[in-house]
Amino acid sequence: MTVRPEDLVRPAAAAAEIEEPSAALTAGPAQPVPLLGWARRNLFDTVPNTLLTLAALWLLAEIVPPLLRWGLFDAVWSPAGGAAACREGTGACWALMGEKNRLMLFGVYPYDQHWRPALATALVVALLATSALRRFWRPWLAWAWGGGLVAVAALMWGGFAGLSPVETAQWGGLPLTLGLAVLGIVLAFPLSILLALGRRSDMPAIRALSVGYIELVRGVPLVSVLFMASVMFPLFLPEGVTVDKLLRALVGITLFTAAYLAEAVRGGLQAIPRGQEEAADALGLSYWQKMRKIVLPQALRLVIPPIVNQFISCFKDTSLVTIVGLYDLLAATKAALADPDWRPFFVEGYIAAALVYWAFCFFMSRYSQWLERELAKGTRR
Amino acid sequence: MSESPVVELIDVQKWYGAFHVLKDVSLSVAKGQKVVVCGPSGSGKSTMIRCINRLEEHQGGRIVVNGIELADDLKAIEAIRRDVGMVFQSFNLFPHLTVLENLTLAPLWVKRVPKKDAEATAMQYLERVRIPEQAGKYPGQLSGGQQQRVAIARALCLKPSIMLFDEPTSALDPEMVKEVLDVMIELAGEGMTMICVTHEMGFARAVADTMVFMAEGRVVETASPQDFFTNPRSERTRQFLGQIIGH
Amino acid sequence: MPMERGRRVRALLYSARFRAAVYQVVVVAAVVALGWYLVHNTLANLAARGIATGLSFLGREAGFDIGESPIAFEASDSYLRALLVGLLNTLAVAVTGIVLASLLGLTVGIGRLSRNWLVARLATLYVEAVRNVPLLLQLFVWYGLVTALPGPKQALQPGLGVVLSNRGLKFPLPHWHYSYVAVLAALLAAVAAALVLRRWALARQNRTGQPFPWLPAGLGLMLGLPLLVFAAAGAPLDWDRPVLAGFNFRGGATLSPEFAALLAGLSVYTSSFIAEIVRSGILAVPAGQTEAALSLGLTRGQTLRLVVLPQALRVIVPPLTSQYLNLTKNSSLAVAIGYPDLVSVANTTINQTGQAVEGVAVVMSVFLVVSLSLSWLMNWYNAKVALVTR
Repeated sequence: MTVRPEDLVRPAAAAAEIEEPSAALTAGPAQPVPLLGWARRNLFDTVPNTLLTLAALWLLAEIVPPLLRWGLFDAVWSPAGGAAACREGTGACWALMGEKNRLMLFGVYPYDQHWRPALATALVVALLATSALRRFWRPWLAWAWGGGLVAVAALMWGGFAGLSPVETAQWGGLPLTLGLAVLGIVLAFPLSILLALGRRSDMPAIRALSVGYIELVRGVPLVSVLFMASVMFPLFLPEGVTVDKLLRALVGITLFTAAYLAEAVRGGLQAIPRGQEEAADALGLSYWQKMRKIVLPQALRLVIPPIVNQFISCFKDTSLVTIVGLYDLLAATKAALADPDWRPFFVEGYIAAALVYWAFCFFMSRYSQWLERELAKGTRR
Repeated sequence: MSESPVVELIDVQKWYGAFHVLKDVSLSVAKGQKVVVCGPSGSGKSTMIRCINRLEEHQGGRIVVNGIELADDLKAIEAIRRDVGMVFQSFNLFPHLTVLENLTLAPLWVKRVPKKDAEATAMQYLERVRIPEQAGKYPGQLSGGQQQRVAIARALCLKPSIMLFDEPTSALDPEMVKEVLDVMIELAGEGMTMICVTHEMGFARAVADTMVFMAEGRVVETASPQDFFTNPRSERTRQFLGQIIGH
Repeated sequence: MPMERGRRVRALLYSARFRAAVYQVVVVAAVVALGWYLVHNTLANLAARGIATGLSFLGREAGFDIGESPIAFEASDSYLRALLVGLLNTLAVAVTGIVLASLLGLTVGIGRLSRNWLVARLATLYVEAVRNVPLLLQLFVWYGLVTALPGPKQALQPGLGVVLSNRGLKFPLPHWHYSYVAVLAALLAAVAAALVLRRWALARQNRTGQPFPWLPAGLGLMLGLPLLVFAAAGAPLDWDRPVLAGFNFRGGATLSPEFAALLAGLSVYTSSFIAEIVRSGILAVPAGQTEAALSLGLTRGQTLRLVVLPQALRVIVPPLTSQYLNLTKNSSLAVAIGYPDLVSVANTTINQTGQAVEGVAVVMSVFLVVSLSLSWLMNWYNAKVALVTR
């Protein structure tokens, strides 16, 4: 039974040429009132879905209005009335911010010198923002970082050009948090490369040392590493040599971060096809030449998003230095809340500190996702 | 021709957001007919074929499969899927199951067949596609051509009356294309209703009853293979044929 | 001959194996030298401060009380026993935390994938809010909230005999009755019966193709049989209720404020990471798998159970075990809110005996043992379920 192709085609469309599309065909599907249609499809399409939506809406109705009332409408904003005004009010005591913001942000740094840590923080943030853009990934960026960090240290320390000297014991708040996180990552990075290369090495002794270090450090909590650094570090040095508390914490954070970064670098190294190393060997490059010029540049590009993620973790982990007696942002907040007048309003205080952390971490993680997409663009065919 | 078609698309429209991907697509496939759909990439041919077993939803027009209208009715969709087999470009074998388990999964859970019967049917189809010895292996251990043959056997285990092929050889190395096409030609010879999206014109010439050419979401031309290859009516078709039959 | 010897030496110098050996010897020597230097300094410093070395202090009397402990502990017990209590406290909060975090994380992770826009957005809000704030800060907030609860005299009593005050969470616990042994036995029997039912059901399905709902039946059995035995014994239920007596409630079971705050903080924080892991695990299964399964006529439920979840679990389990490990390590933050976990107790010990090196070494060894065992377990699991490829 032969079927003629013509039978299969609707008579109206039998023409060999493409018909001019009518307006009705090019318009999108007939849209009902947009919001209603969308709501019907996404929120209410099946019975379980509808129940979930209703439950979620009920939850929001229970939480959001009281939250808004407490946080916005009934809140006490101006610090003029002091703690008493807050106690009389029923809402949130944002006046706490007005009263204590310097203490929370800068710790016990001398009050009249607060422009110095503020400037230092701005400098670090500017460096970070610049490093975020690919067009600035040039050798001079490394120099800018070096110079910038030296400038930050000089600003904070003082003791020259008319700047009064300020001991590290008085450094605190946001600059300390940022500084520890940034320095931690920057210092840990070279160590992590050595560890990652060591872990992949053919030499058993070196591999054993690298693996031992990485697994040891990754297996213990940061708290115990910080304790070890702050309590045992002075014991490791010859008698009479004292070590700055800040330096001890920095060493602890660096050693800890290096182990985690080493795993990220190792992941990048593993992703480079063996063919690259083989080609370099065939060309006669030495091990270090091969690593420096061929393998590491490619691996590190893959490793940048995990490094950003590690920076986010490091930033949050700096809050632990509270436990060894340093005054980072969290400790400064806690100290500010120790004031018996303002103690009942600890929630507001912690919310403010949380917002600062959240802002940094959230935007950094968004950046990391964007960066991953950007870097993948170069490799997709 | 008094038999009603087994697959019928009537004025099918589909949008991805604002992009009109299927425009006024109509097709009618009779029982035992082999239809080969070809066209440039982005022409909507894969989308059309995926609408037939509801992997994609159409927004306008009608699709009728074996007399059942394709709409939101879940029961209808399940009934259609039981009778329509699909072979994908990227095989989509289940990597955590052996070849035999891949083939028996649907008969066990959809048709509720006893395990022995399911395995017997599976081995039967594995022999049909000429790789019975691979039954205990995992998909990751097979070559591309073998995996696609397993995928065809998997679809056949449900004993469908219609088979859809979505560019089945496009992801294969050239030396493995033939083994898959041979299986498909055998299948065609046994009277299976087939709708194939493919670039393999040799296969099309050998097997197709009807060639359908699609471009920019429309069915541009429908013809028998002889007419299609030697005397295409549309300029667009001529252009396309010129590009692909060059090598 | 001198020429030959020169050539041999040069050959040796350029030999890769020789160089490798030399590098390793140099590196190991450097590390050993550094180690010896540090140890030497440490011993000198300890001697100068009159601090003893060695583990003999473990036998000495602790001299301090521990706020809560699952086993009996007096101030006159040894340091070793104190550290043991600390370890048990750590395990208690870690195990409970892991269970809660998993349940919460699984729910939120699935919620993020929901087709319901509202539920998906709320889940995303939860994850983004929780994971970007340091854990220590969250612990402070939880602890602050718990201690801001009213005192026992004005305690919150939300019902069912539960009492919430700034002295902790108290809830009624039934007094032990001898018939409970029978109930437990019934539970064990029901579990065994459920397993047998499963075997029978699967065999029957293989034979006839008809599936049998053994899971709901088995669960029903595990619930129903113990209840039946309980009822048969006359349903003996003698509640030990918290009753206000003097300044506090007596009776019932207690969760201290520190434990409650630590548990809440750890569970919520870790659950946000677990939610992300669950979500990316399910998304990691290619869409083609779902399409193929649906094309074969499997229902969405069957697709999830037979095709998606087995593959998703392989992606989920490694990072999940990392998170469990993180939770256990993070329990060390207990020292900041006064919960007597291992690190807290070790800290007190160090403060009293001055033996920092031994104290820190004990803590680190314990954590190392836990993490290495968990890593080893995970590697074994990974190797076992790895997808087989050429």
